[in-house]
Amino acid sequence: MLMNSKTYIAAAFVALAFGAPAQADERYAPVRDQTVIKECGACHMVFQPQMLPAKSWSKIVDGLANHFGEDASLDADTARQIKAYLVKDAADAGWWGGKFMRGLSKTSAPLRITETPYWVREHNEEVPQRAWSDPKVKSKANCLACHSRADKGNYDDD
Amino acid sequence: MKIRIIVPLHPKLIIAVLALSLLPIQGSASELRQQIIAGFAQDAKLKNSGFAGFSAGRGQTLFLSKPATGKPDTPSCTTCHSINPAAKGQTRAGKEIAPMAVSKTPERFTDSKKVEKWFRRNCKSVLGRICTALEKGDFVTFMSNQ
Repeated sequence: MLMNSKTYIAAAFVALAFGAPAQADERYAPVRDQTVIKECGACHMVFQPQMLPAKSWSKIVDGLANHFGEDASLDADTARQIKAYLVKDAADAGWWGGKFMRGLSKTSAPLRITETPYWVREHNEEVPQRAWSDPKVKSKANCLACHSRADKGNYDDD
Repeated sequence: MKIRIIVPLHPKLIIAVLALSLLPIQGSASELRQQIIAGFAQDAKLKNSGFAGFSAGRGQTLFLSKPATGKPDTPSCTTCHSINPAAKGQTRAGKEIAPMAVSKTPERFTDSKKVEKWFRRNCKSVLGRICTALEKGDFVTFMSNQ
């Protein structure tokens, strides 16, 4: 026999270490903060903070009274708490810079994830225009319409 | 194998205990809702001494109206809640909204903070102003009957 059980185990580890992450390249840590989940999730999927730079999140939370055409204002304490959470894990929070910083200048602060160059590139080449007008999709903010595990931070099904 | 009941329980007793244990849950939801409506009634009276109670009919008219005096994307309540209070709604971002009708969503209008928060936001979005106590009371009265 060429391989004993130890070799099999070692091979399994190698597969886990290199194989799995190679497929899992569109994953983000799911949001766990209960306030963020409750308040942001009342109207839309709870977007992962890694998808916008810190400046964007600040602008969004400061402008909740006119949030993409709706009044989504919160009391000051709740807003502060949510902003701190989003800014802490923002796309540009780490020294390496997240995927969503690709093509974005350090000073730009887009208000929509769907306006970032990374999101646009990932979707424009693969998603036909008609898909966006499907009533089941309704909005580009409805990630779950196509990425069924998006709320868990998993966008592998692209 | 035969299962033996050690303590003899009269079936009527079991039913009575079960019924009693369910009562407080049912009672408290509608009690909380009544408290919220009573609060609106107090405020409505303060504003107008001739206040003669809330009207489900006026609440329905408000719900179905298309004021379009607020933000352009939300001209009416029904933009997101659909014209049928017993049906699910959908936010502009595509998320499902539980039916407004109390018969379908029994926990509706039982949390005063939540009620005030959503009236504040949605009245500003749809009407461009905050709602009066009369409007809020009418609205909750209408939805409670649905």
